[in-house]
Amino acid sequence: MSAAPAADVEVHLGDLGFGRGAHLLVQRALAGLPPGGRLAVSGRDPALPVHLPAWCRGRGHRVEWPALGDRSELVAVVVRGTADDDRWFGAERAGPALPSALSSRPPARWGLGARGALLEAGGPEARFDLDDRDLVWADVAPHLYAQAAARQWDPQTAVPWADPFALPADVEAAVVQVMTYLVENEQAALVVPARFVGRIHPHFREVVQLLAVQMADEARHMEVFSRRALLRGTELGTSSAGGRHSLFTLVAESDFALASFLLSVLGEGSFVDLLSFLHQNAPDPVTRRVCWLAMQDERRHVVFGMAHLEHQAQLDPLLRDRLRAAIHRRHDALVDTAGLNADVFDALVVLAAGGWHPDDVSAGFDRVQALQHAMDQGRQRRLVRLGFRPDEAAALSALHTRNFM
Amino acid sequence: MSTPTVLMGAVAYDPKVVTIWEGFRAWLRGRGLDFDFVLYSHYERQVEDLVAGRIDAAWNSPLAWLRAERLAAANGTAVRALTMRDTDQDLTSIVVVRADSPVRQVADLAGMLVAVGAVDSPQATLIPLGHLAAAGVEVDVRRFDVGVGLHGDHIGGERDAARALVAGEVDAACMIDANHLAFVQEGTLPPEGTRIIAQTARYDHCNMTVRQPESAGVRLFGTLLLGMSYADPQVRPLLDLEGLTAWKDGRTTGYDLLARAVDATGFFSPDGRVTATDYRP
Repeated sequence: MSAAPAADVEVHLGDLGFGRGAHLLVQRALAGLPPGGRLAVSGRDPALPVHLPAWCRGRGHRVEWPALGDRSELVAVVVRGTADDDRWFGAERAGPALPSALSSRPPARWGLGARGALLEAGGPEARFDLDDRDLVWADVAPHLYAQAAARQWDPQTAVPWADPFALPADVEAAVVQVMTYLVENEQAALVVPARFVGRIHPHFREVVQLLAVQMADEARHMEVFSRRALLRGTELGTSSAGGRHSLFTLVAESDFALASFLLSVLGEGSFVDLLSFLHQNAPDPVTRRVCWLAMQDERRHVVFGMAHLEHQAQLDPLLRDRLRAAIHRRHDALVDTAGLNADVFDALVVLAAGGWHPDDVSAGFDRVQALQHAMDQGRQRRLVRLGFRPDEAAALSALHTRNFM
Repeated sequence: MSTPTVLMGAVAYDPKVVTIWEGFRAWLRGRGLDFDFVLYSHYERQVEDLVAGRIDAAWNSPLAWLRAERLAAANGTAVRALTMRDTDQDLTSIVVVRADSPVRQVADLAGMLVAVGAVDSPQATLIPLGHLAAAGVEVDVRRFDVGVGLHGDHIGGERDAARALVAGEVDAACMIDANHLAFVQEGTLPPEGTRIIAQTARYDHCNMTVRQPESAGVRLFGTLLLGMSYADPQVRPLLDLEGLTAWKDGRTTGYDLLARAVDATGFFSPDGRVTATDYRP
């Protein structure tokens, strides 16, 4: 009787068959061999002599049989083929897995491959046009994402919807009007990042994740503001053509840096002041709470917008020219519109007045003016942080849309 | 000198056939061969067109190879197996019973009901039934005629036979070795619910059949196919779809089992006519 075919290594499958994962043991043993290496496979599953060669055939491995009359449990010797190595010829890592050493310009061929994964060559060239690290990234993005994910709140339980309160009809109407305005603005704030998420190279996944959570934030804001508006009635307030026009200029901005500048740094920055004002002057616990919750989220949005523009401004001295031009362009586009919906302005005064005595109204008016001043000061501070001179920051802030956002 | 050309026939047993050969066409054209293909709905017309000179090459099933060989010989010409897939060599078919079946060996199947694939399936009908006949075992046959004319390329008949076995409608079922593994892994067959009671000798499957003498285009076609590398990311997905890791030189030493089954059942006449009475591709 001739001896069994020689082998470099062996694997014993025991009673395990290919129908229950025996191929994993064979594969693991073959992985340690070079092409042409020989693996003796032994086992007791009666189907092994049929399944082992069938499996090997499909993967480009050759089998050699033991001599007739061999009484051992040797099923066959598998001679490793080259297909497994050939499949990974030319494979490359899609950059480093950790965000500390990002590629500055990830290639299109990395596409939707997970960052850091070993990519088989030959996948589709997926075009994500926002593929420049400096145009989208901020080192604070992973941290902000983690924070944002941890601070998601449930609209159902985070707001005291059932707390008893009763407002005079005109105060309730003022709240409804302000809520209507907030819903409208949050819709724009959701759509703007949504239009960029699909364009950002997945290599910068923390930015995509952060924007996705930001969109989820806006979705919750839309919900709670709508729900507060309808808490005591069935109709919302008014929406001015100028207000919608102003918001649409944000949505139409196709440059990521400029869109985040207009939306996050100028718009949402002003919005944080507005929400803070509403939190302080809210006439009921529900309004107070929804404004406070939204304000926490909006602050985070402003931090990210500022972080990545500060980073970009350091690298690109021409960025400020583009930001300046964007403010002028938007101002020009809106110069013929009425700015803030007059109903919204009036509603803010009513809320801040807290009563109808002329002294109350006067005080309310002062408070709204103080709000506008605070918004202006905030915008100027952020513009200075981006490298504008204080006098120019003041001029640019004054050009910002009167629609607040 | 004009560009060498090849017109190849392929049977459209699955929509992926279009993807595969359109991809190969682009790859072959990029290497100096003016290659094109036509699709057939069954193998018989493809074989007749090859022998009649209407196409230069036919991507043939083993049964189609046998018929092409016979038709060509009757015509006073000859065909050759230019290439084949690495996965076309040394296949086996098996006969399977339920694990709790009283059948222990082939002889126990005498008089029992055996499920097979389509009438023209080499691996799930002709070869395994030939194996039983050679063992002198007479059985009743329940055939699952799915994709008749596709020579068993369509897996449906084999799968239906396996399902009939599990359902207890038949005593045994015939299939190719790799499909037994596939049916177990996909759950059509319970992992330890079947027992293999017979395995045929090894045989070969498809080949790229060409007429002799070969044109310059056909020679280049063979050279290019053999040069396709699994390491090439352009063709690897196509090789995966077609189920091979490398093209091999064609060989015709692995068709004896099928030839004997064809003769025993009178499927084709010695001169290549279709003589199976219940075969309507």
